[in-house]
Amino acid sequence: MSQTKPYRVSHLDALEAESIFVMREVMAEFERPVLLFSGGKDSIVMLRLAEKAFAPARIPFPVMHVDTGHNFPEVLEYRDRRVAGLGLNLVVASVQEAIDAGQVRELPDGTRNRIQTPVLLSAVEKYRFDALFGGARRDEEKARAKERMFSFRDEFGQWDPKNQRPELWSLYNGRHHPGESIRVFPLSNWTELDVWHYIAKEQIPLPDIYYAHDREVVERGGMFYAVNEFIRLRDGETSEVRRVRYRTVGDASQTAAVLSEADTVDKVIDEVAATRITERGATRGDDKVSEAAMEDRKREGYF
Amino acid sequence: MSQAVLEPEASAGRGMDLLRFATAGSVDDGKSTLIGRLLYDTKTIFEDQLEAVEVASASRGDEYTNLALLTDGLRAEREQGITIDVAYRYFATPRRKFIIADTPGHIQYTRNMVTGASTADLALILVDARKGLVEQSRRHAFLTSLLRVPHLVLCVNKMDLVDWDKAVYDKIADEFTSFAAKLDAPDLTIIPISALNGDNIASRSDNSPWYEGPSLLHHLEHVHIASDRNLVDVRFPVQYVIRPQSTTVTDYRGYAGQVASGILKPGDEVMVLPSGMTSTIASIDTADGPVDEAFPPMSVTVRLNDEIDISRGDLICRPNNAPAVAQDVEAMVCWMDETAPLRVGGKYTIKHTTRTARTVVRGVQYRLDVNTLHRDEDAGELKLNEIGRVKLRTTVPLLADEYRRNRTTGGFILIDESTNRTVAAGMIIEAH
Repeated sequence: MSQTKPYRVSHLDALEAESIFVMREVMAEFERPVLLFSGGKDSIVMLRLAEKAFAPARIPFPVMHVDTGHNFPEVLEYRDRRVAGLGLNLVVASVQEAIDAGQVRELPDGTRNRIQTPVLLSAVEKYRFDALFGGARRDEEKARAKERMFSFRDEFGQWDPKNQRPELWSLYNGRHHPGESIRVFPLSNWTELDVWHYIAKEQIPLPDIYYAHDREVVERGGMFYAVNEFIRLRDGETSEVRRVRYRTVGDASQTAAVLSEADTVDKVIDEVAATRITERGATRGDDKVSEAAMEDRKREGYF
Repeated sequence: MSQAVLEPEASAGRGMDLLRFATAGSVDDGKSTLIGRLLYDTKTIFEDQLEAVEVASASRGDEYTNLALLTDGLRAEREQGITIDVAYRYFATPRRKFIIADTPGHIQYTRNMVTGASTADLALILVDARKGLVEQSRRHAFLTSLLRVPHLVLCVNKMDLVDWDKAVYDKIADEFTSFAAKLDAPDLTIIPISALNGDNIASRSDNSPWYEGPSLLHHLEHVHIASDRNLVDVRFPVQYVIRPQSTTVTDYRGYAGQVASGILKPGDEVMVLPSGMTSTIASIDTADGPVDEAFPPMSVTVRLNDEIDISRGDLICRPNNAPAVAQDVEAMVCWMDETAPLRVGGKYTIKHTTRTARTVVRGVQYRLDVNTLHRDEDAGELKLNEIGRVKLRTTVPLLADEYRRNRTTGGFILIDESTNRTVAAGMIIEAH
């Protein structure tokens, strides 16, 4: 054998190979997988990996969007274009419809992060999905650092951090009884920077709001929120037009932008490499509630 | 806090390789502090995280910023001051990206350590310089060798509390080296450190002029892992058959999988197990186009020149270098279930590469005391966190190698058929 060739793969290729392996395992072992697709960058990367895992065949499962009704129009437009381009089935689990039908109740503060969990769970029940791909990464948050690649959920969709299945080698245990399901996180070992390097390498288009643009914003608690139909100025607040971009894309009433001049993928990579604040810390009002906010929501069935 | 000296460079992001390592130590050895220190010194800790930890430290009355609070994320962990489960951490330097499997030292220690070590290129064990080697240090070293982790680092921590006394370090280093020699242990490096003060972590410390080795981070960045992979034995477990139902792509039949070991090339003669049929590789496909060769850990799709019936769980190898096709397996088994022990006659689901079968326990040859390495041949069963040599019989043949030769085709898990829990990890010694 030749000793001159190093037979090395870069860390990005190794991560891609692992994610593709995980997606193929799910397709081989489950009956009704679905991929959670929000139009956010992590789910966009996940969709690209799914494309690669089954090429030249089409992606063999539908995608689902849990729609809080508080959307960025650019993201919804991107979602629909991407889904149509790949010829996929899109299931929309609508929080607004669930409110209108009296299945969940709007919270007094108008935020919908918490009430999207029951809407997700009833869609899982209705379509009998047994494996749900999510784009969550372990580097995002400390409760997520303890997640498995295959995360078992009981018939109530609950996560029990003290009772997780040990995960050895690349042998994933997806066994479950009817009504139970597995959340699968193919991007578990990716960091925010890895995701951006991959977007650059693969030249994946993203919704425009991920790149620097001028926007009317209001500053609240050090975060910059877009002024729109979901976020209105309170007494004493003034808005201003700033150069911003979104590091994460979630519910439009809860997700803040960051001041940025990064209008290309390479500039975003430089910015992410230099930043000193985590992406959720910089942009998510919902995580600031308590030290264990994410753990509590995950126990209820959140991703 | 000392000055951070290294940071990931945006431009380096695409050419780095990946090193996975597992850390082990007991609660008081300073493992969480060491990980916090590595994250801090590589600028992986963010301001909002540090702020949260400073607030939490102050409210607990800690005299210094308690970096352990960075890694213990669950409510119960913070309340009880312990680490419950394996946590995964990430950091990068310009040379490498690192994945840490942080395994707790006491609760479920064997289960967690075995889990973390199963995918590790390197294991890092901590001891407290004041206490020297304890039972647990030996146990961790043993588990590292059992799981065939190729590189081992012993960090002698809290050297500041023994005034950087070389004699203290030498005694621990000598004792550990002679113990490791008995274990058929891998490549061993020993480093004196103070995780709290950052000595010999990111750079060599002035406090240990007598120490001539690398700093921990330097070692992690430079340890040679490329030759750890098995590039000799071609093993390609088939995961999934790709057959597009499309009018544009017709007659495509590809075998998707991740290369476990060896190098595959178009034109190579191959054998498919368990059937034993042979063919040649027509092409090795990826979504980015065909490739000239495939090696671990690439995920590819292989097409063959002959129509052979192949399905998930089959394995592609070379005709003159094949794994055993075996229903009788002897293995070291680590039992991980607290609800019931492994017993002779017990039936389980066995998952081995992409193949799933049923298995029955034919015998427990001995139980191993992981502290003394004593073999108890009258054990008869294995309880939670116990390890022993077990004989299994499977319903269909496994396509198996010895674990010491191949961690992918030599490892398996057992699943309880009623609860669906993962109850054991196994490492094959013999298959026939």
